[in-house]
Amino acid sequence: MLKVTDLNVYYGAIHALKGISFDLQEGEIVTLIGANGAGKSTLLNTISGILHAKVGQVEYLGEDISNEAAQVIVQKGIVHVPEGRKIFAKMTVLENLEMGAYTVSDRQQIQDKMGAMFERFPVLRDRKKQLGGTLSGGEQQMLAMARGLMANPKLLLLDEPSMGLAPVLVEQIFDIIQDINQLGTSVLLVEQNAHMALSIADRAYVLETGNIVLEGDAADVMNDPMVISAYLGG
Amino acid sequence: MESNLKSPPKLTRRNYSKIIRPIFGLLVFGSILWRLYEVLIAQQAYSAEIWVRLLISGLIIGGVYALIAIGYTLVYGILFMINFAHGEIMMIGTFAGYFLFEATKSINVAAEGSPPLSFSDAYPLISVILAFLVGMTVAATAGFFLEKIAYRPLRKAPRLVPLISAIGASFFLQNAAQLLFSPQVRDYTNPQAIARGSGWSLIINGSRVVITYTGALTFILSILLMIGLYVMVQKTKLGKAMRAVASDKNTAALMGIDVDAIISRTFIISGALAGAAGVMWGLHNGLVHFFVGFLPGIKAFTAAVLGGIGNIPGAMLGGMFLGLIESLGPTALGISYQLKDVIAFVIMIVILIFRPSGILGEVLSEEKV
Repeated sequence: MLKVTDLNVYYGAIHALKGISFDLQEGEIVTLIGANGAGKSTLLNTISGILHAKVGQVEYLGEDISNEAAQVIVQKGIVHVPEGRKIFAKMTVLENLEMGAYTVSDRQQIQDKMGAMFERFPVLRDRKKQLGGTLSGGEQQMLAMARGLMANPKLLLLDEPSMGLAPVLVEQIFDIIQDINQLGTSVLLVEQNAHMALSIADRAYVLETGNIVLEGDAADVMNDPMVISAYLGG
Repeated sequence: MESNLKSPPKLTRRNYSKIIRPIFGLLVFGSILWRLYEVLIAQQAYSAEIWVRLLISGLIIGGVYALIAIGYTLVYGILFMINFAHGEIMMIGTFAGYFLFEATKSINVAAEGSPPLSFSDAYPLISVILAFLVGMTVAATAGFFLEKIAYRPLRKAPRLVPLISAIGASFFLQNAAQLLFSPQVRDYTNPQAIARGSGWSLIINGSRVVITYTGALTFILSILLMIGLYVMVQKTKLGKAMRAVASDKNTAALMGIDVDAIISRTFIISGALAGAAGVMWGLHNGLVHFFVGFLPGIKAFTAAVLGGIGNIPGAMLGGMFLGLIESLGPTALGISYQLKDVIAFVIMIVILIFRPSGILGEVLSEEKV
């Protein structure tokens, strides 16, 4: 479904991604783990069209999308839920969700989708008139995910959904990710919480300073001695 | 030698301004209050009809300022730059309206044999509507191209660069208008029905106070446009997308919003409002020339700062407030009416010193600064 080949991305003079290649099959949850500064968010930003690669290509459903603008990529069905949630703080929960459905023109479909989101995230229904900025961290994460799902993604890119959340909320968020995946959305999950990410993923890639240093089935990666010592605190 | 003793507080620049600022503030506000007391209470120098007259003219000019100020604030909200060419966009709207009235004035619709009757005198309502439509369309188009040519290529440049480009664009537009339309000052040809100075009369204390038709039109139309804009920004998909882009461009793009298209539309809307303000200015004040946008432009900028730049209700409130202060201020302080511009700019300086975020503005976060 998604095939990234030899991706090289620069921030000015900084070589952030040094020839990354990986792929994701339809229906999978693939996780990218790695420390701060490894290039995980850069990779997601490049796939979603916020950044563009100097060398290499991003292929989605057989089509080269490396040079497409972000808004075109959303229309193709890739939705990126950014790190730090990035809720529109001065817009209500309802308006945030409407923005998520910006590419959807059918009003009825937006209504249905919103109903489905309130079903899945009941807390958002209670707070729908509240400004996004007044929600707690966990609620904002729920809103960010619901907002992403409003666009009917085929592939969901999640950047650190567990960041700054209490363990019980992290569990909840990961359950929801699994749920979403079972309903047919493929997921590319970037995480620092390697243990949680590996426990729900099918396959995993380990990213270190712009390179992929390890890849394989999530279960194998979880048992890799290097991963255990570096990311699982073993 | 190690010492854990705290050194006594030095008179740093920061402390210095902490001491000086309140003293300066007290002096300014104290002297204003004293002056107001003297003029209004001790001398009772002016009677009610004068105040009503000034109030009316303040509301009218305030409406014009508010419409222009919205343009500054919309653009600032999205690009964090001051569009210093905005006054010239208004000037372009004034000229567009002027030529439309000239055209409708020159069409004779009188029946054969009867005295000549121009289209604009025969159908004033249609002419005025046409003039506003043309003025707003032309100014909106100008705003669109201004952004495309002068600002878009500099989107990723440091923030000072588009600002310089804006000043350059302002000079360019002024000079282009001077070359195209000559530096002469022209009279706006209002339709007869709304001739300047004509209006409804009120009798207050036995003297006549006129509410001019052009003034009433300006005030009512500016209020309607402001309501329309506010509803648009709050309720429509475009308005919500504008707010989303203003709050975070990257995240807005991740929602599938075409950020460049939204920025273009922001300039179109700002331009249309400035164009409407320009036609109002022409109809009410009667003069048009290449420099006509400068003073209202800079006043409206003051109004936007006063209300809190980036904040739409702030711009409306700031515009009205500035119009009223400018109109009532010189009389209330017992100084020459010619000093109204001084009052407006003193207000800007005072606001920048004491409350840079304006009346309704919030303190800017690090990211936005």
